[in-house]
Amino acid sequence: MSFLDYAPAPESRSVLALRESYGLFIDGEFVEGRGTPFQTISPATEERLATIANANEADVSDAVAAARRAYDRVWSKMSGRDRGKYLFRIARLVQERARELAVAESLDNGKPIKESRDVDIPLVAAWFFYYAGWADKLDYAGLGANPRSLGVAGQVIPWNFPLLMLAWKIAPALATGNTVVLKPAETTPLTALIFAEILQQADLPPGVVSIVTGAGDTGAALVAHPDVDKVAFTGSTSVGRQIARTVAGTNKKVTLELGGKAANIVFDDAPIDQAVDGIVNGIFFNQGHVCCAGSRLLVQESIHDEVVERLKLRLSTLRLGDPLDKNTDIGAINSREQLERITRLSDLGDAEGAERWTAECEIPDNGFWFAPTIFTNVQTSHAIAREEIFGPVLSVLTFRTPGEAVAKANNTPYGLSAGIWTEKGSRMLQLADQLRAGVIWANTFNRFDPASPFGGYKESGYGREGGRHGLGAYLAPASSSAVSGGRGGAQRRVGASDASPALVSAAAGAEASAAGADAPAPKRVRATRSTRTAKKGAAK
Amino acid sequence: MAGTSLVTARERALAVLGGEPDDATLRRYLHGIPGVDAVGLEQRAAGLGSRSIKTSSKAWALDKIISLIDLTTLEGADTPGKVRSLVGKALKPDSTDITTPRVAAVCVYGDLVGVAVDALGAAHGDPDDGLVSVAAVATAFPSGRASLDIKLADTADAVAAGADEIDMVIDRGAFLAGRYGEVFDQIAAVKAACVRPDGTSASLKVILETGELVTYDNVRRASWLSILAGGDFIKTSTGKVAPAATLPVTLLMLQVVRDWHLLTGQRIGVKPAGGIRTSKDAVKYLVTVAEIVGEDWLQPHLFRFGASSLLNDVLLQRQKLTTGRYSGPDYVTID
Repeated sequence: MSFLDYAPAPESRSVLALRESYGLFIDGEFVEGRGTPFQTISPATEERLATIANANEADVSDAVAAARRAYDRVWSKMSGRDRGKYLFRIARLVQERARELAVAESLDNGKPIKESRDVDIPLVAAWFFYYAGWADKLDYAGLGANPRSLGVAGQVIPWNFPLLMLAWKIAPALATGNTVVLKPAETTPLTALIFAEILQQADLPPGVVSIVTGAGDTGAALVAHPDVDKVAFTGSTSVGRQIARTVAGTNKKVTLELGGKAANIVFDDAPIDQAVDGIVNGIFFNQGHVCCAGSRLLVQESIHDEVVERLKLRLSTLRLGDPLDKNTDIGAINSREQLERITRLSDLGDAEGAERWTAECEIPDNGFWFAPTIFTNVQTSHAIAREEIFGPVLSVLTFRTPGEAVAKANNTPYGLSAGIWTEKGSRMLQLADQLRAGVIWANTFNRFDPASPFGGYKESGYGREGGRHGLGAYLAPASSSAVSGGRGGAQRRVGASDASPALVSAAAGAEASAAGADAPAPKRVRATRSTRTAKKGAAK
Repeated sequence: MAGTSLVTARERALAVLGGEPDDATLRRYLHGIPGVDAVGLEQRAAGLGSRSIKTSSKAWALDKIISLIDLTTLEGADTPGKVRSLVGKALKPDSTDITTPRVAAVCVYGDLVGVAVDALGAAHGDPDDGLVSVAAVATAFPSGRASLDIKLADTADAVAAGADEIDMVIDRGAFLAGRYGEVFDQIAAVKAACVRPDGTSASLKVILETGELVTYDNVRRASWLSILAGGDFIKTSTGKVAPAATLPVTLLMLQVVRDWHLLTGQRIGVKPAGGIRTSKDAVKYLVTVAEIVGEDWLQPHLFRFGASSLLNDVLLQRQKLTTGRYSGPDYVTID
């Protein structure tokens, strides 16, 4: 027998108690949707997993109304410290139910269990922990004292990292005092609905988070809803454009995380084996369903052949198959539609004269699969060098000088991420300055951390998620529009004034001591807290 | 196995280096090899370590591990009796199950080689033929701090006593001081001392003592240097210095032998030694070999475990697979 035929070691599905059907999660309860329900399937087997409710415009309106009520009556009035407690509780529950969430994610999305278990779900918990810590420290977020929340956030997320994108959206929104209506992608709604159960378990006040499932129409209704103050979207650039058009001229704040065609630049002095691993991780992680995937490999001409040869060797050890098997490296493509897009763009690569190499692996009979593929002899003018494929397809280009590498890397309508591989620190820093991309990884790729901001240049969108910068997307400085007031402005002012005098003085004290003045800041802060607690008690 | 003679070792070095193996040439060559990114290397090792091996793969892996073990005793207090016990265990690791394979070799100090050879008797020979080899540590093991004459005498002594394999240590001091030529010459000289009067040669395992080289870049350079100078095997550690074998270091050394094979077509062995105590750990090494250089590297001439306590854990796991129950430490022999 061959050792590499590792005996199958599928993760047990017994930890997962799927319901036959799921309703919409509105105002803290699961309710029927008024649209025609749809099925969610496992892309690896095409097996039906559950029936999912479809939210029409009226359902979306209900959810937004619930979010507004929750905002006005509860969430905007709650102290940051108490909001933080809820977020910590959610984070802990995510950890407790991590295995269940990982299995659900791999079933519904098709990604390998080792990625959902070791990357996605731990990051989800980390995101909630991180923003839970910020909830009572918003004065120090760099937006001035006492920044105010925006109100109701309408959030639309993609299918590639269903639960992680949910965490990226919900955690900062709640920490900053906003309420949320979130629409997960129609092909991957499962974990969001299990997350709704977690919210019930956490006793989160009804309406603070609502989850509406459905396809594009549901998302469009949410984005266009007049009572939504903030729109956050992660997904394709074309949908991002529609959203930008919809919200243009309104008071809605928007952040968009869109497509990418990242350059992964490998110099001839790079740590070569790790660079090869990094290239693999850059484009074949999550079957290439990553908006910041390193899909354009720019390799210095002198080591092109060596890198490609090593890459092929490395790819031939990747294992494609059952996403629930612990030994699987490459899972299923999320949907038939996406598989068709990848196939179409790859065929275009052949037609344009690029050379295709595909790793030898058995493709299962059912489900949607695409073997890891490399295109060499790719020219900058080829569509496969310019269009986002969003699949396990790598285009290899070459360069001769650092200047050329920068020029080629920047020559794209996108600008989400980039990677640099070199042992030379000075070159790394110089290049990072010149690359027009939101995230630049050096001697690594596809690493995420809640403390690090993430976002794009050009057609990769605007706004930043993650880190302190991610708070800014859900806050407005207290001084500016609180007085002019948008929708719900009055309530917001009440919410804001709840804590403001005390916190302002605390912040002033902190600034004074930072400036060297001997102000008794700690004492004032303590007084502040007791005042706020007393007020909260009175409000109840 | 017949090793290459000094002349051919030198020739292969000259061909690859394009010049005399002096400090300057070696430095240019070794420092021209791409660096190692520690974070990336460790990440890859962790990934390989998480492969899940169960049921039939596990049974295969356990037997494979046993057949790749250099069963080792390297204590100052070793006695002929201890070595005879060790040989007994090497030949019949588990008396309750005769299907248990033999280990590849026993590894002892030079003065006990004769005892091991006698105890093995007709079972002494090539592990490919189901026999057990004798490996001896030489060259002032484990510190390597002796003059070259002593090291050569130590080696010749063990070879004369019947050792099939010589585990030598490199002069880490000379390596860290950048005296690569000196390290090269010593390895080449020891390699020459492995030659028997009949012209055959004992196989040479070069111990880098990676715990004292500290950086991955050093490990990579020392691996190349050892292979250039004629080593048949590169081995991580003596087992006397912590850290001994680690998965990232072994992975790195496997990448070096893979690259050497791509360059010259020659196959060099790798031996992680010290600190591998459980079947679970050993399986991670098998996975790493299989995925870095390929499964055909999992044979006694190309991969070994240097271990003393690993065997018992493997035997316990093996018993569990056949009986369905875990037994205790008293169900396997102590030495």
